[in-house]
Amino acid sequence: MRNSALRTLVGAVLALALPVVAFAAEIRVEPGTDANERLVEALILAEPGDTVTIAAGRYALTDGLSLDVDDVIVRGEGPDRTILSFTGQTGSGEGLLVTSNRVVLEDFAVEDTKGDGVKSKGSDQITFRNLRVEWTGGPKAENGAYGVYPVSSKNVLVDGVLVRGASDAGIYVGQSEDIVVRNSRAEYNVAGIEIENSFRADVYKNVATHNTGGILIFDLPNLPVQGGHDIRVFDNDVVDNDTPNFAPEGNIVAIVPKGMGIMVMANRNVHVFGNRLSGNATAHVLIAAYPEEYDDDAYMFVPRGVYVHGNEYGEGGGAPDGEVGKTISDVSGTPVPDIVWDGVTTIPEYFSWVAAENRVYVDEAEGTTFANLKMISQLLLPWSTAPDTDISDYKGALPEPKPVELPQDQAS
Amino acid sequence: MRYWLRLLSPGRRLVAARRAAGAAFVVLAAMIASPAAAVDGAALAAKRPPKLLSQTGLFADPAAQKPAAGVVPFAITTPLFSDHAQKSRFVYIPEGKAARYDDDEAFDFPVGSVLVKTFAFPADMRRPDEAVRLVETRLLIRQDEGWHAWAYLWNDEQTDAALNIAGAKVEIALAGIGETPEEPLRFTYSVPNKNQCKACHGLGGEITPLGPKARNLNGVFTYQDGPENQLVYWSKKGILAGAPAPSVAPAVPDWRDKNAPLDARARAWLDVNCAHCHRREGPASNSGLFLTYGETDAVALGIGKRPVAAGRGSGGREFDISPGDPDGSILIYRAESTEPGIMMPELGRSRHDQAAVELLRDWIANLR
Repeated sequence: MRNSALRTLVGAVLALALPVVAFAAEIRVEPGTDANERLVEALILAEPGDTVTIAAGRYALTDGLSLDVDDVIVRGEGPDRTILSFTGQTGSGEGLLVTSNRVVLEDFAVEDTKGDGVKSKGSDQITFRNLRVEWTGGPKAENGAYGVYPVSSKNVLVDGVLVRGASDAGIYVGQSEDIVVRNSRAEYNVAGIEIENSFRADVYKNVATHNTGGILIFDLPNLPVQGGHDIRVFDNDVVDNDTPNFAPEGNIVAIVPKGMGIMVMANRNVHVFGNRLSGNATAHVLIAAYPEEYDDDAYMFVPRGVYVHGNEYGEGGGAPDGEVGKTISDVSGTPVPDIVWDGVTTIPEYFSWVAAENRVYVDEAEGTTFANLKMISQLLLPWSTAPDTDISDYKGALPEPKPVELPQDQAS
Repeated sequence: MRYWLRLLSPGRRLVAARRAAGAAFVVLAAMIASPAAAVDGAALAAKRPPKLLSQTGLFADPAAQKPAAGVVPFAITTPLFSDHAQKSRFVYIPEGKAARYDDDEAFDFPVGSVLVKTFAFPADMRRPDEAVRLVETRLLIRQDEGWHAWAYLWNDEQTDAALNIAGAKVEIALAGIGETPEEPLRFTYSVPNKNQCKACHGLGGEITPLGPKARNLNGVFTYQDGPENQLVYWSKKGILAGAPAPSVAPAVPDWRDKNAPLDARARAWLDVNCAHCHRREGPASNSGLFLTYGETDAVALGIGKRPVAAGRGSGGREFDISPGDPDGSILIYRAESTEPGIMMPELGRSRHDQAAVELLRDWIANLR
């Protein structure tokens, strides 16, 4: 009796599970003739629940790949073994484009795309894991803009990727919400990691090195999603960002000076803590307003609420680069202090005060150097303005955003 | 005995039944179809459409691009540039049903509707009716849960076209354009794969028709029984409901019409060639650059707007459109380029449209 009840139960569970299990298939693509076509077809014909396995080997692709099916895993056999090479690409704006939900991309490499590397647009629960995206000729203006590129997406996990050579940002998350970027390495890009016009991001345990700038937290005007907020940048190694800026003019990252560690531009409630910064010759941390003219009433051009604390600073600021580096060092002198705030507020605030939750707070170990450049006064009264280098004036704290929790990241 | 039992296995029975039904259908279809062919609604409602274009019944004579009864040819005033391809368009709406008119968006087509577009190249652009090679025929099929996009690739014999999922590259030699018209221009034409269809036809994540909007159809088409405004013709045929008189419906000019206002011509071209992605609900929504015909926000239109994700597509220029300065405008740089990663649109062309670039240059030069 009991046995039969159990059997019924097992049967019921199986019946529930079967629709998912029965249709989940592994589609395996091997290198060889027509690999481009077979790969395109596998990604188009995949059904929800399927895994598309790309066997080890080198795939010379002439056209971009795309996935528009929900609940699919695209898996290679290791970022040094499964290599999708786009050297001969003649079409599409990126190497791989994902437009569906609950997708995992893992264990493969994308090389030398003509535009962006791996992009997701409008995806919910998108995971980029153990990928390598690289422009193999080193830093060049002709390289594609973004390596790993989730945009207009939700629940974004970037874990253990390596990006090299992007002419804009190696790992770029734009106009997205609920984001984790961790355990990743970005090197020889213009920007290593960039979080732009996005809400709720945790960026931790990454290495950003030999980029022009290591980690950028930006907010830009005239975009469908703006007002980036609640960003935590912690426990990262941001070291030796020493590659000359090779971004094509016109792009916002073209302003980033060589030797920028972490830069916060506009945005609200940004927490920078527990990072290790050294060898960044312009400045380790820069907090700044959006510097360009714009026409957008909804845009807040100054950072609101930035809290920098508990970071370790090595040598830096010794060779400020470019226009931004010169503007800073003209005021601060050289070496540039570890942490620089341009001091720009809105004009009403300039004549009154800044509310507590919108201020910049710095709480660092003894000996850390700091400058508020007071740029508005510098522009208005250059002869009578000196920067404020008294770091103790900025002591304080802001409540930290809760850790970002992603549905696809619950097991770990 | 065992042999016969096997024939009765469920799988076999299904196949046999399908075959019998198929045969009956062919006979039936042949009876109904003669003398004119008939659209195979059942085949078009299937999860996957027929393998061959001829099997859809959309054409009485596919090779001659002669439509079946009930399949109406149409044209749009300012078309998308597709590497100089000639296009023939057709619409099929099931008997007794009608598309619902809309002032701004594509008409709302009833389930069972099919939009057909054939891409072809003559040997010489100066003789567009001679030696025309059919390359692909695309179908947009309206099913219960939405639109589906499919492409059929024409065979070398030009007798029929076969369903194609993964896309294809076709070598084209086209004389009669460029600086030395006698020397054919050689290029690789791309037939899109199924996902690429959505890269342009995706609106809010769903496949949507692009061409059949009031403003594109509000013009005269020469039918077998004479010229007529398409909105009027469709309404008379009963395949369009709710259309106002052409005089009060929106209309774009033909971008090549030198008598039309410069601004309207350029905006019509941008609307058709760019705004399928560059609109608030489109695949390029994140760019903040919106080029629909009705867009009134100057920055969204690109005027004084800085790029956001252009990368090397910026060409070192600061603004999408710098009024009065075509050479300082990213839009021109990307419209002129044929290099992936720079060129716009990203899909659907490997050549650039010189005449259109000249129009856009002229337009930007005249902007203040």
